[in-house]
Amino acid sequence: MNDEAKKQLANIDSREEPLKPKDRIAIPTQEMPTQDPIERGKDFTEVATGYTAEQAQLESIRCLQCKTAPCIAGCPVGINIPGFLKAASEGNFEKSVQIIKESSLLPAICGRVCPQETQCQEPCTVGKALKDVEQAVSIGRVERYVADLERDNGIVTPAVKSKTGKKVAVIGSGPAGLVVAADVRREGHDVTILEAFHKPGGVMVYGIPEFRLPKAIVQTEIDTLIAMGVELKTDFVVGRTRKLKDLIEKDGYDAVFVATGAGLPRFMNIEGENLVGVFSANEYLTRANLMKAYDRENADTPIIQSRKVAVLGGGNVAMDSARTALRLGAEEVHIVYRRTEKEMPARVEEVHHAQEEGIVFHLLENAKSILGDDQGLVTGMECLRYELGAPDESGRRRPVVIEGSEFIMDVDTVIVAIGNDSNPLIKQTTPEIECNKWGNIIVDDTGKTSMDCVYAGGDIVLGAATVILAMGEGRRAAASINALLA
Amino acid sequence: MNRIIETTQLSDDVFKLIVDAPLIAEERKPGQFIILQIHDDGERIPLTIADGNSKKGTITLIFQAVGRSTHMLANFKVGDEIAHLLGPLGTPTHIEKFGHVVCVGGGIGVAPMHPIAQGMKVAGNKVTIIMGARNKELMVLEDEMRTIADDLIICTDDGSHGRKCLVTEPLKELCENDPKPDLAVAIGPPIMMKFCAETTRPYEVHTLVSLNTIMIDGTGMCGGCRVSVGGKTKFVCVDGPEFDGHKVDFDNMMLRLGAYKKREADDHHKCHIELGIDWTADKG
Ligand SMILES: Cc1cc2nc3c(=O)[nH]c(=O)nc-3n(C[C@H](O)[C@H](O)[C@H](O)COP(=O)(O)OP(=O)(O)OC[C@H]3O[C@@H](n4cnc5c(N)ncnc54)[C@H](O)[C@@H]3O)c2cc1C
Ligand SMILES: Cc1cc2nc3c(=O)[nH]c(=O)nc-3n(C[C@H](O)[C@H](O)[C@H](O)COP(=O)(O)OP(=O)(O)OC[C@H]3O[C@@H](n4cnc5c(N)ncnc54)[C@H](O)[C@@H]3O)c2cc1C
Ligand code: SF4
Ligand code: SF4
Ligand code: FES
Repeated sequence: MNDEAKKQLANIDSREEPLKPKDRIAIPTQEMPTQDPIERGKDFTEVATGYTAEQAQLESIRCLQCKTAPCIAGCPVGINIPGFLKAASEGNFEKSVQIIKESSLLPAICGRVCPQETQCQEPCTVGKALKDVEQAVSIGRVERYVADLERDNGIVTPAVKSKTGKKVAVIGSGPAGLVVAADVRREGHDVTILEAFHKPGGVMVYGIPEFRLPKAIVQTEIDTLIAMGVELKTDFVVGRTRKLKDLIEKDGYDAVFVATGAGLPRFMNIEGENLVGVFSANEYLTRANLMKAYDRENADTPIIQSRKVAVLGGGNVAMDSARTALRLGAEEVHIVYRRTEKEMPARVEEVHHAQEEGIVFHLLENAKSILGDDQGLVTGMECLRYELGAPDESGRRRPVVIEGSEFIMDVDTVIVAIGNDSNPLIKQTTPEIECNKWGNIIVDDTGKTSMDCVYAGGDIVLGAATVILAMGEGRRAAASINALLA
Repeated sequence: MNRIIETTQLSDDVFKLIVDAPLIAEERKPGQFIILQIHDDGERIPLTIADGNSKKGTITLIFQAVGRSTHMLANFKVGDEIAHLLGPLGTPTHIEKFGHVVCVGGGIGVAPMHPIAQGMKVAGNKVTIIMGARNKELMVLEDEMRTIADDLIICTDDGSHGRKCLVTEPLKELCENDPKPDLAVAIGPPIMMKFCAETTRPYEVHTLVSLNTIMIDGTGMCGGCRVSVGGKTKFVCVDGPEFDGHKVDFDNMMLRLGAYKKREADDHHKCHIELGIDWTADKG
């Protein structure tokens, strides 16, 4: 792939007249180099290995530098996309990453996990011209390349203004919490991150697996924060170790940002769901990722050795669970989803990767009950077939049960990945904070909650959403906090 | 932080640690627990806060060496540090003046019972304590419980101390009294809690049990600790650990506790050999 890219770049360099839009559109999309699907199913190393310099440059040249730049509107944090692509197309990767960092603090992460095909790349003119969103400029892949290059060269610690004497507590160390810590610290305020787990990073370390987002990348972001003077207290659960109110009243924090995420797994409420061998995706992924259960010999935390696994759901979490189960040595992994592939909320790329790795998709099917033996172990799953009926409120066609279509699937493990509700701990222990009926914290358009000096953002406000949205919310709240403390 | 201040071996495989944990000592209430990790990637194990001293900033943990992590913990010395200690977790026991409260502690369950019995006494209740163990050697915290109890009943399986019976026998007698107890609290092995609940059920004595399911995060994120209570799925770490014993599906809970049994049995054997603990004294 790289030789081809080199050749094309040389051709472009040797041209007399400048490239016309149609020449740019004619350049094929640079494919993302990936590991062999069969080999990669055996370990946890990153699947997509990343562009080369030539590929990144060539892909950037595909950008038409549209005056209206519809791509910017598609990015939740409004990155100057044509700007960073122009710099990259000129081979100036350092400038490119600096342009991104004006708006996004976590480009190496977003470049990997953003659902680009429904965000920045969806409205891209190139994709529209070619009538295929997969042919749009690969904005995320270039973003990842320039951010990785910066990290490899050693990130320069951002400057911090002189001490203001004000203190801010950030609850939760997922993407929302991390960006607030960075933005607030830069203004010279003292920042303490309080994290319930023993490791920081939120879903980026306990949920999203290593083969999609290497933990070292998240760790670099945290190291940068520490280098900026942010204090990190792990094993600290706000609401229990300390009440939120006491952080302000007793510990003297001038502002608090709540970013506790959407960590309450939903179950199907079907028979057999409490059998041994039925896991929430959160439990399965946490055992595998955070507790390193994949290292069977050395890990203290065990994980079940499965033969045949069924994963219920069609989102990123379902794909991650299925692909993790495969890597943990399951012979067969099945994804069971009650709509069709078109309605799957997972990223297209993840669905493709899962299919390539040999995960079996059962569409228009769903679990009715889980069967077990007298030891309480899962022995199978009773399923029902569905067909698509009339569209519901969300505009998606509603799946309707086909009566009498019951059949049994032979599995010994079931992973439930049908979504998360908001973490209830803060709500239960802080009656002053107003929440909606789903338990999400209500904020105004500055990110402020019903409690004075308390802000919130990320999944605890949005419901289960995305890394980039969490980051965007964090930046908004950080600006408000900085204004409050100015 | 998390430095070990004092260690005591209470019986063959039951150990007591006093740990430096000022924030937890300040906030903790009866019925709450902590989750600890021995090293950075260690298993997360829940243990009840058996006692605490907010002035000294310490908490007391009492545990039985049953698997890999608890065996390693038993080897900790004064001055060692526990890598991670999170808490206090769980909903505190609802304590008020009920009248006559019977506290039933089985085996190591006496440890989590201690702060609850203490709290019930301070709230002005008459407190009867029933303590059970397989034999005299395995009985822990007898002196501490004696200072709290208005009435203390000791039972052992082999009759080597107190009455030779199961804890359910005196519990039944108390329920038959007039007036019957206003509340029972039973903590111990799941099978014991199940039978305590069955004992009080016909007498309609409200019975609290404290569940010791497998846990990971302890903050409601993983669902690994879930149990069925009154037909509804509850998370022990946030909704519990205490529940109405008459509504808990103990059979399902015991099956789930056994999920990793095979591996644990291997560890237990290995650890006992490494630790030099007498394997025959422990029936697991
Ligand atoms: C398996 C999986 C795959 C995903 N894949 C993608 C993807 O490909 N692309 C994408 O954009 N998004 C993805 N997401 C969603 C994305 O990860 C989340 O939207 C994002 O992480 C939310 O960030 P946050 O900062 O709001 O919270 P989180 O990342 O959830 O972090 C919250 C943190 O707060 C801590 N906490 C909670 N309560 C307390 C408390 N009381 N005191 C102290 N600390 C507390 C938690 O331990 C946690 O570390 C995925 C999610 C999962 C689960
Ligand atoms: C809220 C809560 C509070 C707890 N408080 C205490 C406490 O104060 N003291 C204490 O000793 N333990 C307590 N436990 C149990 C304790 O967490 C486990 O014993 C511990 O995790 C074992 O870790 P391990 O790695 O040594 O063993 P593992 O290798 O994890 O093996 C432990 C296994 O032993 C069995 N087992 C463990 N505990 C018991 C028990 N009490 N009765 C019957 N079988 C059991 C189960 O099969 C369990 O899966 C508590 C558990 C919970 C959920
Ligand atoms: S942050 Fe995400 S949406 Fe925005 S440009 Fe980058 S990849 Fe696209
Ligand atoms: S829409 Fe596509 S082609 Fe136009 S500026 Fe954005 S990335 Fe470039
Ligand atoms: S321990 Fe994870 S939800 Fe209770």
